[in-house]
Amino acid sequence: MASYVIVGMVGVLLLGFWKLQVIDSDKYAQWAERNRVRSIPIIAPRGRMLDRDGRVLVDNRPSFSVLLLRDDPALVEKNLPAISDGLNIPIAELREQMSNTRALPKFQPIVIKPEATQADIDYIESHRADIPVLEMLSVSRRRYPPGGFMSHVSGYVGEVSEQQIEASNGKLRPGDFGGKTGLERQYNEMLMGTDGMRRVIVNSVGREVDRLPSQEAIPGKEIRLTIDYDLQQVAEQSLGAREGAVVALDPRTGEVLAMVSHPAPDPNDFAVRVSKEEWKRLNEDEQKPLLDRTIQAQLAPGSVFKIVMATAMYETKVVPENMTVFCPGYGTFYGRQFKCWVFGKSSHGTVDVHRAINQSCDIFFYTLGMRMGIDIIAKYASGLGLGHRTGIDLPSEEAGLVPSEEWVQRVFHRRWYPGETVSVAVGQGAVTTTPLQLARLIGGIASGGVFLQPHLWKDAQNITEEKFPLKDSTTEKITDDMYGVVNGGGTGAGLKLQGIEFSGKSGTAQVIGYAARDRVAKQKRFLDNAWFVGYAPKRDPEIVVSVLVQESGKHGGEAAGPVVRDIIKTYYDKKAKKTQGQYTVEYKRYDLGDGSAPPAAIQPQPVLKPEGAAATPARTAVAQH
Amino acid sequence: MKDAPGATTRDYDWWLLAILAAICTLGVIEIYSATHGSTLAGMHLKQLRWLGIGIVVMFIVSRVDYHVILAQAPILYLIGIAALIAVLLVGHTRFGAKRWIPVLGEFLQVSELVKLIIIIALARFFAEVGSEELSLRDLIKAGLLVGLPLVLILKQPDLGTALVLVPLLVVGAFLAGLQWQHAAVFSLAGILLVGAVFYPPVSRHILKPYQRERITSFLHPEEDAKGAGYQLLQSKIAVGSGGFWGKGFGNGTQNQLGYIPVRYSDFIMSAWAEEQGFKGVLFALGLYMALLLRLVQNAQRAKDRAGMFLVMGVAAALGFHVLVNVAMVIGAMPVTGIPLPLMSYGGSATLFVFLAIGLVMNVRLRRFVN
Repeated sequence: MASYVIVGMVGVLLLGFWKLQVIDSDKYAQWAERNRVRSIPIIAPRGRMLDRDGRVLVDNRPSFSVLLLRDDPALVEKNLPAISDGLNIPIAELREQMSNTRALPKFQPIVIKPEATQADIDYIESHRADIPVLEMLSVSRRRYPPGGFMSHVSGYVGEVSEQQIEASNGKLRPGDFGGKTGLERQYNEMLMGTDGMRRVIVNSVGREVDRLPSQEAIPGKEIRLTIDYDLQQVAEQSLGAREGAVVALDPRTGEVLAMVSHPAPDPNDFAVRVSKEEWKRLNEDEQKPLLDRTIQAQLAPGSVFKIVMATAMYETKVVPENMTVFCPGYGTFYGRQFKCWVFGKSSHGTVDVHRAINQSCDIFFYTLGMRMGIDIIAKYASGLGLGHRTGIDLPSEEAGLVPSEEWVQRVFHRRWYPGETVSVAVGQGAVTTTPLQLARLIGGIASGGVFLQPHLWKDAQNITEEKFPLKDSTTEKITDDMYGVVNGGGTGAGLKLQGIEFSGKSGTAQVIGYAARDRVAKQKRFLDNAWFVGYAPKRDPEIVVSVLVQESGKHGGEAAGPVVRDIIKTYYDKKAKKTQGQYTVEYKRYDLGDGSAPPAAIQPQPVLKPEGAAATPARTAVAQH
Repeated sequence: MKDAPGATTRDYDWWLLAILAAICTLGVIEIYSATHGSTLAGMHLKQLRWLGIGIVVMFIVSRVDYHVILAQAPILYLIGIAALIAVLLVGHTRFGAKRWIPVLGEFLQVSELVKLIIIIALARFFAEVGSEELSLRDLIKAGLLVGLPLVLILKQPDLGTALVLVPLLVVGAFLAGLQWQHAAVFSLAGILLVGAVFYPPVSRHILKPYQRERITSFLHPEEDAKGAGYQLLQSKIAVGSGGFWGKGFGNGTQNQLGYIPVRYSDFIMSAWAEEQGFKGVLFALGLYMALLLRLVQNAQRAKDRAGMFLVMGVAAALGFHVLVNVAMVIGAMPVTGIPLPLMSYGGSATLFVFLAIGLVMNVRLRRFVN
């Protein structure tokens, strides 16, 4: 009987082995593999961003992150005080990080300190034997130009969001870095490359005993931008500390030569990990530093819109070209009084269209608008590129708005009031544009109605060319008009550049009307949206610059004009010297007003309310020039 | 001292010795594989030394007539009890337990020797029970005989070794004519005890915390893969990942990288199974089965009841060792710290096996003697 017991016992044991070694063998083989192989990611360096001449704008700097290997909770727990001490991380914070990542698989290490100091590195290296749960991860951090230079264009990187992880088809993992805004986001896939994996064999106490072939990281692709560092530099400095935006385009190609939005955050502050406080501050800042004014500020274009009006007039001939209007400084349309910007100071007298553009006479364009009607205005504004996105290779571009009968019908379910046309005719009322749109608009009109898709990546493919063909006579006349603004004693007379056919149009739009302003001015400082869109040469321009300055009490030619002038001058200086490097530009020192006044928020241009025109007559009666 | 007249070297059980030699060889090979290149390198040589000592001891024991040994059973028993008490008082503590006393510069695990003494004492006791049926009175006596050293060993604490004493009693009692009513009652008591061990509210009072942890981790090994269940899980991973053919000598990653706990000792079968696969396990367990069957055969051929009880006691002890150890390696039993005879590294354990085999040889040599 004893023999049967023995055979039975061995038989049962063998069945147990059969189950483990034959039936479930694959499962255990995987576990054994997971035991012995530790995979440490090698982060692929992101591609650099260069300017059009190959100068480095955005690159990387090497850095180390401290990883905590969590396979053995008991071991981690035991070493926690030593880690807290050695790396200067409060033990409570360590515990919080660990509990935040509890859901992740245990074999996946977590970053407990993103930016290791030399002291941290020394500590980890010298304690490898007694604290086996720490590991260094070599990473490359983004290095952006300091002080927010070009920061809205470059954007910044940050830890990827859950949506991004989901959309990436497994390419991204929690804790990975990806572009959050700007070009970093637009060209993220190209820039980020493919992470590699260092695979090492570790023993049961986590010590590395051997290496397996690693999978090298594939660095991200370097991208060359259309940005010209010299022009960008001038644009940044010339706009200075004022709120505003600058866009410089080459209308022949659509290449963006400079693009500035101020105020600008310094993305180096987010390159590691942005603190909650800092993020809150940026989001709640009244000056809205996170808003890219070049493509997201939708504002009334003011008198710059008169170029659209004049173009429509030349093209359609609905209103005879030789129409003249007498400007006494004000006018009455549809029973309401509208003022010209010179109201109370002087008057324009009898003006034709050329003089009306030169002097930016509002009365002329009120009349023109009334006679032409909103349909034609909307058709031309839209055809010349307003009211829809330019298609620039940046995320989150806004479209602006071209109001029309159809639009009020759709949005407000009412009929169009003729009085609204009068406001729109001077770029006020519901019409809104972005600085980029205005650059594209003026550049395209001066090029005879050819609009190239603005872009920042030099090698961008499939740049669309939009055509809204203008008669040669129209282009001739409208460019003459804009040449006159600068060179014919117009509103930009102070900007003249020797030997350069510098042309353009100014615009000033108040966010609120004069009457309302007088009522509340004591409590709040209101910013005018001062515009100047300039270009050179007069026909088929090589460069067009759109500048927005949000500053109180200055007119477009006065506040924005000099910035345009600086950039265009630099462009020609550079062209003349045919060399690269720093250019001497006569930077105008701007008076930034009384610094004590609190900065005002940028108000998106309020949409005209149905009863708006009638209820607040002064609202639309704003000065344009 | 009576020698065995007429017994020659031919009367030794050479088959048994061959099986033993094969098992020892597997053990030395796997100890070498598990420890070479680590701080424990050279352990296989120490094991070889123990094996040498063991063989000498075995031959010495085989030459002393077992009747003489049985005659000294009460004295041996008293010495054993005294030694266990001495261990508790002055013993050397290792791994949190007092099990060792220094003898000749080595630490001896007293309880290993006590196992042998209990085998002898039980053989003497049961041999002297004349009747065909074991009376309750005698059963209780035998129980007390085993119970005293068992409690002392539990005190060390050494649950594993203490447990080994139980099958000695059970097998002995069966062979001595255990009545089925008694068997039923004791089975029930046994079941209740096992139930209590696995039932936390009760086990809290009778088990040490580390023992409770082993029980819990046995029941739920995946729950805390690196805590208490770590050992069992790692052992299972080692065994399972070995597959049918094994990873080859010196290639077991679980073994070589130290994931298998005490891979040269209690978990040596795990290391063997990983590197040699199911085929190796088949071979090793085959050897153990042959060893046990051979022991049973020897018991059947014993000249008298005392000899039979001695050999069956040895077979019960070794069989229990194999069962509990191997079941633990495949995660079918909690960690108890029972070594695998002759394969696990360990001086005292090896000596015990050879002393026990010496007794078996002793009985065999005298099977034709009157």
